[in-house]
Amino acid sequence: MSTPIRVEGLSKRFGEFEAVKGVTFTAEAGSITALLGPSGSGKSTVLRVIAGLDAPTSGRIWMGDEEQTFKTVQERRVGFVFQHYSLFRHMNVAQNIAFGLSVRKVPKHDQRKRVDELLELVQLSGFRDRYPDQLSGGQRQRVALARALAPRPKVLLLDEPFGALDARVRQDLRRWLDDLHRELGVTSLLVTHDQDEALELANRVVVMHEGSIEQVGSPNEIYNDPATAFVAGFVGSASVLHGHVVEGHVQFGEHRVGGAGHLEEGTEARAFVRPHDVRVFAGDRTGGSLEATVERITTLGWLSRVMLRLPDGQVLTAELPNDELEGVELGARVWVDLRRARAFQARDAVTAAIVADG
Amino acid sequence: MSTELRTPRLSGSARRLLVHGGFTAIAILYVGVLVVAPLIGIAWAALRGGLSTWTATLSQPDVVHAYVLTGIITAITVVVSSVLGVVVALVVARDRFPGRSLMSAFVDLPLAVSPVIVGVMAVLLFGRGGWFEPWFSARGIQILFALPSMVLVTMFICIPFVIREVVPVLQELGVSEEEAASTLGASSWQTFLRVTLKNIRWGLLYGIALTTARAIGEIGAVLIVSGSITGKTETATLYILRAFDQNHRPGLDRPARGYRGVQAAGGEEAADMTCGGIR
Amino acid sequence: MSAQTLERPSVPRPGGGAGPRPWVTVRTAMARWGLRGTALLYLGLMIVLPTVVVVARGFGSGVSAFRDALTTPGAQEAIVLTVVLAAVTALINVVFGTELAYVLVRYRFPGRRLLSTIVDIPFAIPTLVTGVMLRALYGPISPVGAFLGRHGIQVIFAQLGILLALLFVTLPLVVRAVQPVLLELDETEEEAARVLGASRWLTFRRVVFPKLRPGIVAGGLLAFARALGEFGAVVIVSGNIIGKTLTAPVLITQLINGGKPEDAAAVATLLFGLSFVLVLVTERLLATGRKETS
Repeated sequence: MSTPIRVEGLSKRFGEFEAVKGVTFTAEAGSITALLGPSGSGKSTVLRVIAGLDAPTSGRIWMGDEEQTFKTVQERRVGFVFQHYSLFRHMNVAQNIAFGLSVRKVPKHDQRKRVDELLELVQLSGFRDRYPDQLSGGQRQRVALARALAPRPKVLLLDEPFGALDARVRQDLRRWLDDLHRELGVTSLLVTHDQDEALELANRVVVMHEGSIEQVGSPNEIYNDPATAFVAGFVGSASVLHGHVVEGHVQFGEHRVGGAGHLEEGTEARAFVRPHDVRVFAGDRTGGSLEATVERITTLGWLSRVMLRLPDGQVLTAELPNDELEGVELGARVWVDLRRARAFQARDAVTAAIVADG
Repeated sequence: MSTELRTPRLSGSARRLLVHGGFTAIAILYVGVLVVAPLIGIAWAALRGGLSTWTATLSQPDVVHAYVLTGIITAITVVVSSVLGVVVALVVARDRFPGRSLMSAFVDLPLAVSPVIVGVMAVLLFGRGGWFEPWFSARGIQILFALPSMVLVTMFICIPFVIREVVPVLQELGVSEEEAASTLGASSWQTFLRVTLKNIRWGLLYGIALTTARAIGEIGAVLIVSGSITGKTETATLYILRAFDQNHRPGLDRPARGYRGVQAAGGEEAADMTCGGIR
Repeated sequence: MSAQTLERPSVPRPGGGAGPRPWVTVRTAMARWGLRGTALLYLGLMIVLPTVVVVARGFGSGVSAFRDALTTPGAQEAIVLTVVLAAVTALINVVFGTELAYVLVRYRFPGRRLLSTIVDIPFAIPTLVTGVMLRALYGPISPVGAFLGRHGIQVIFAQLGILLALLFVTLPLVVRAVQPVLLELDETEEEAARVLGASRWLTFRRVVFPKLRPGIVAGGLLAFARALGEFGAVVIVSGNIIGKTLTAPVLITQLINGGKPEDAAAVATLLFGLSFVLVLVTERLLATGRKETS
């Protein structure tokens, strides 16, 4: 019952502003694909164009073998979940869920049955006569999901579905959506700016930036093998070290970090280092290769974040379990070992560094 | 599946364009026939008479007196209904007491009552056998067929305009800015002048504009209470009506001198109003 | 009115309900009562008192007032004509006024602001001048009037002329009643309906219209009430032919001028009763409309 979505060379221009610049990707049948990017990256526009809410400037859209580009919204029969729920405020929960069925002239009896099914599915059976303003944010979003699923759409499009909810509810709903998807297996395309959400829920992640795709890959690839400086900076946190490429390493001051084998010798480069890839040793120099001074220690529960100043003035952030903190104290001289780093050409890295800072 | 790209000429967006265009055309056509055409009509009629008819008509002492009288009534009405209208608006928007919703219903009452009925009301109150007639006549104060009743009926009709414009603005505003001002040491009066009044000024101005327009244009109520005495209680609108009545030949409508004068006066007034009465 | 009476900064937020009042100083209490008193006195003297007196006098004589009203020569025809024309006016303007408000709020096109300004013009023009304008346009001496006359369409001194005058005067009432409701609508609800397969028309009927209804009804009733009582725009256009183009408000002025204030009062009371009921209904609808949207 589920269908892949294919988007080819999709562009969307609003007056002078090019929101989406030639985007091509496929959302596999039955999987969850996440469109991840900062606000203004064009990801919501892509979703709205797929749904038919906005017309593309150029490009084509397919669902399975059927081209959708020239179809109207109502012919596409997609399920769409809006960020702010957009429930019909003058209809109760049951009427909201039944809307998509009633406009397709499904017999009253079948409508009722389907509504009951969905209420059960979203665990809101006792709420069928409530109005949207009598529900909590999480309940509203579940109703919105039930409403989208009621006409049995072949694809489900979710536009920042948890964006308006607080952190705790978001966590719960995320897990719940994951279970639901396992049960239904409907092709889902999820737009989000929350990397945790994308990495946790999606089978594949499409990272977008300024209207273009930066990388398409599994959550693991996106996190551990970022293709561009932007992805390295946007997904997960990272320290950025500036230097030159020397013999496949990025050299800054007297130190070097590996991982720059693909870059041209002598050019300027940036190395991205994840906080958990930094090991810190107090005392003798056994394992470490870099010398650093501890500038600040912040506790994160069982972890601590340690801000380190390198001799050439650059800053490196490490995250250590609290039981490895022995000897690491404010002002102490320590040795640092970098387990892994990703290097990028300096030009590409500028925007990424800004994102990483923000 | 070819990857060749083309700019799609969406049937959906074409349909949208058609629907938008159609609806827009209907809207413009309706307003055009109903509102714009008569405006053009009067401009044409007024200009056809030439400038001399204008000056001739407007220099007649009766006409001058009529305009002055309209000015006086309008000025009094605008001042009273603006000041007291703001007070009522504050109470309706901010205060809570039993009967408040009844109060806002009464505010809207003049919108629903015919000005002619308002005139009849005044006659019933101040005319022979009226409730207040003995009291005023004992003191020799003339209400009916004189300025007081004309001002009163005009005020009655104009009460809702300022209130209805200011109340929603006040409601949307809330009291946080005023609270901020008072914590910064402003007195109630200072807070009102420098925060509240500033925030409601556009709504208030629009309300005043509506009041002015209505006060100038009022005829039904004034016709009944004034007696329409030429040179004494005849306002500008009453003058226009008399001019029409005098030259009234049903079915013929000859362009006599007075009639052209009316057109000129009416035309000028229309021009005045369209410039001055709109926000 | 003293300086302190105008503002009470510590009054609870509107809609905050009548919870426990924060510390009420003597001064703010005085201010509140000063404001409240001024407002009550103003509205009481200006609106409530005359209304009560007229209602007491009009309905005090009971059924006989209505019998008088209906036996006054021409009164029956005048009232029927007035009510019918007002209803037709309200109906036409509800349809076109709503359409106009929708176009003004939702579409972007060159001249939109101009169109919006033009809609307000009837508020700004003296109603009598509206009559003058219609006569200038459709009178027999104008080319338009002459043209229509040759094709057997009479506007001036006919019911069509009265209808045009009433439509002109009441158009902004409907548009301005519907417009704010439209502005507050959440457009994504309409998108949700479209994604779920509803056509444009169905979306309007099932999602947009239910929310516009209070505004439309309120605007329609205001237009109806206004049309019921309109004098200035009608008197010049109608020709005041008894049983054909004589409306109730014009009849009342004729009765007053003819020295029959009792007859005038009888007809006025009947008209007033109709308007009063209308205001109550409108208030009620607006109140429920507000409750629903908040």
